[in-house]
Amino acid sequence: MTDLTSLTIAAARDALRKGDVTSAELTEACLTAIDGADALNAFVHKTPEIARQQAAAADARRGADAPDLNGIPLGIKDLFCTKGVPSQAASRILDGFRPEYESTVTRQLFEAGAVMLGKLNMDEFAMGSSNETSVYGNAVNPWRREGDDTALTPGGSSGGSAAAVAAGLCLGATGTDTGGSIRQPAAFTGITGIKPTYGRVSRWGIIAFASSLDQAGPMARDVRDAAILLRAMAGHDPLDSTSADLPVPDFEAMLTGDIRGKTIGIPREYRMDGMPDEIESLWAEGRRMMEDAGARIVDISLPHTKYALPAYYVVAPAEASSNLARYDGVRYGRRAKLAQGDGIAEMYEKTRAEGFGDEVQRRVMIGTYVLSAGFYDAYYNRARKVRALIKRDFEEAFANGVDAILTPATPSAAFGLGEMADADPVQMYLNDVFTVTVNLAGLPGISVPAGLDRQGLPLGLQLIGRPWEEGDLLNTAYALERAANFVAKPGKWW
Amino acid sequence: MSIDKDTAARVAHLARIRVDEERLPALAEEFNAILGFIEQLNEVDVDGVEPMTSVTPMRLKRREDVVTDGDRQAEVLKNAPDAREGFFAVPKVVE
Repeated sequence: MTDLTSLTIAAARDALRKGDVTSAELTEACLTAIDGADALNAFVHKTPEIARQQAAAADARRGADAPDLNGIPLGIKDLFCTKGVPSQAASRILDGFRPEYESTVTRQLFEAGAVMLGKLNMDEFAMGSSNETSVYGNAVNPWRREGDDTALTPGGSSGGSAAAVAAGLCLGATGTDTGGSIRQPAAFTGITGIKPTYGRVSRWGIIAFASSLDQAGPMARDVRDAAILLRAMAGHDPLDSTSADLPVPDFEAMLTGDIRGKTIGIPREYRMDGMPDEIESLWAEGRRMMEDAGARIVDISLPHTKYALPAYYVVAPAEASSNLARYDGVRYGRRAKLAQGDGIAEMYEKTRAEGFGDEVQRRVMIGTYVLSAGFYDAYYNRARKVRALIKRDFEEAFANGVDAILTPATPSAAFGLGEMADADPVQMYLNDVFTVTVNLAGLPGISVPAGLDRQGLPLGLQLIGRPWEEGDLLNTAYALERAANFVAKPGKWW
Repeated sequence: MSIDKDTAARVAHLARIRVDEERLPALAEEFNAILGFIEQLNEVDVDGVEPMTSVTPMRLKRREDVVTDGDRQAEVLKNAPDAREGFFAVPKVVE
C-alpha cells in the first residue's frame, strides 16, 4: 500500500468512498507519523482517543454520500477552542484552559466527519513570523538546506500547521492569518494556504488577536485540498456578527484550470529594494506561467503598499491590547502567585507579566500607547485612514478589470531558528511585507509553492483575488500550480 | 517623538503588565524602534479620508431582544483559577 499519510485529501476521500482504506487505518498511520516526529514539535497536544472515536464514527457513516471530509485526519491550530481539549494559543497565560465550547470552524469540520489528531504549535497569540514566540518551544521546518542540518523555521504564526502538513503528519490543517500567518508558513514549507475574504469564515471560538484582520483558513498539500477544506470551514454564523451571510460555493467544482482571458495584475510596488534575485526570478517565472496559460498580464500600481506594514503595526497591536485585556487571572487560565497584601492591581500586573511572552507584552504595550489619550488621533486614526487608502488601491485595480494580482509570498526562503534573535522587532515584521496588505484590505489571498531556491528550500507565490471570489482565485491558483508543477518533498531526517 | 523610561513605565502600568525597573530602558528603546517605523505614516496625505471602520461594508445583523443562552454557571466557572460558592474569587478590592 502507498504511504497513507502522503495522500491528498481528495485521494483519501476517493479511497475511503471506494472502501480501499478505512478512516481507522488512515488515522493510525497519522498517529504513528506524529509519534515519530516529536523533533518537529508540531503537535503540542495529541488527541489520539478523540481521533480514534471520530475515525470509528466516520467509518460507520461511510458511503458514497458521506461528506468530503468524512474520515479525513486533520491537525488543528492551538488558537481554535476545542471542547475539553487544551486550547491555549501557545501562551503560558492560558495554561490549563480547556474550553467548554467548540469553535464554529472545528464544529463544522467535525460535523463533516473530519478527525482531529491534535493541536498544533504556533506563535503565542499568533504574534510572530517564525513560531519562536510559542510557550511550547519552536516548531521546526521539515525542510533543510542542502547539505546543512541547521534547524529552520516553518514560519509563523501557523508554523506547527505548516510543518505538520509538509511532513505528512496529517492530511490538512487549520490555520489563521492576521498579517500573513497562513501564507508565509505555507510558502516556507512548500504547501498551499489560503486566507479567505474577511467574513467568509466564522471567528467564533478562535482566540482573538486583531479582530478586524483575523481570518481562519486551510493549509493543505495542494489547491484542490485547500478548496475542499475551505468549503467545510466557511459559511454564515450567527455567533460572529462580522460573518457574511453569503452562500458558500463548491470551490472544488470551480477548479477547471482554465484562466484564458483572465487579467493578472503585477504590482510594481512589490518590487522591493534588496529583494533577493531568486524571489525576483520566481516572480517573473510565475508571470510567464500565467501568460502561457492564456491570461493577460498587466502592470499595475498599488501606491500605498509601502505604508501597509506601519499601518498594520498600529491597528493590530491596538486591537490586540483590547482583546488581550481579558487575560486578567480571574476567569480562566493562570493566575500569578500573590504575596501577602497584594491587591487586585498586583494580581493583574503579575499575572500578565508572567503569563505573556516578550513579543506579546511588546505588542500589548504598543497598542496601549497608540490608543492612549493624546496619541489616538496621531497613530490609531491615521493608521485607519491609511488602511482605507490601501483598500482603495486594490478597489481601483479591480475596477480596471484586474481579476487577480500576482506577487511573491515572502521576501526570502525559510531562515534559521534563532537567526533573527538579535535583530530588532521590525526586522521580523518585514516577513509579512507582501501578505499584510491583503489583511488590511480584507481580501482573499493564497500562497502556492512555485519553486526551490539554490539551497533547495521551497518558495511560494501569492495570488490576491476580489472579495468573495475565492472560487475564481482558487482556480487561478490551480492553473499556477499545474504550471509550476512543484513536486519536491522534504527528505525525512526526523 | 521619543519614549523615555518614565513613559515606558506609564504604558506598562496602563497595560497592567509589571515591568522590572531595570528592564525599562531596553523596553523604551524597543518602543522607539517600532514607533520610528510607524512614523512613516506621517508621509501619507490623508486629508478628507475617513478612518476605516469596517473592512467589508456591512450592516450588523439585528435580532429579537430575547434570551437565547444562559444558565451555565458551572461551565462559566470551570476554568477559573479561584472560584468559590458560585463566584469568581479575587483579592480584596475594597478596604
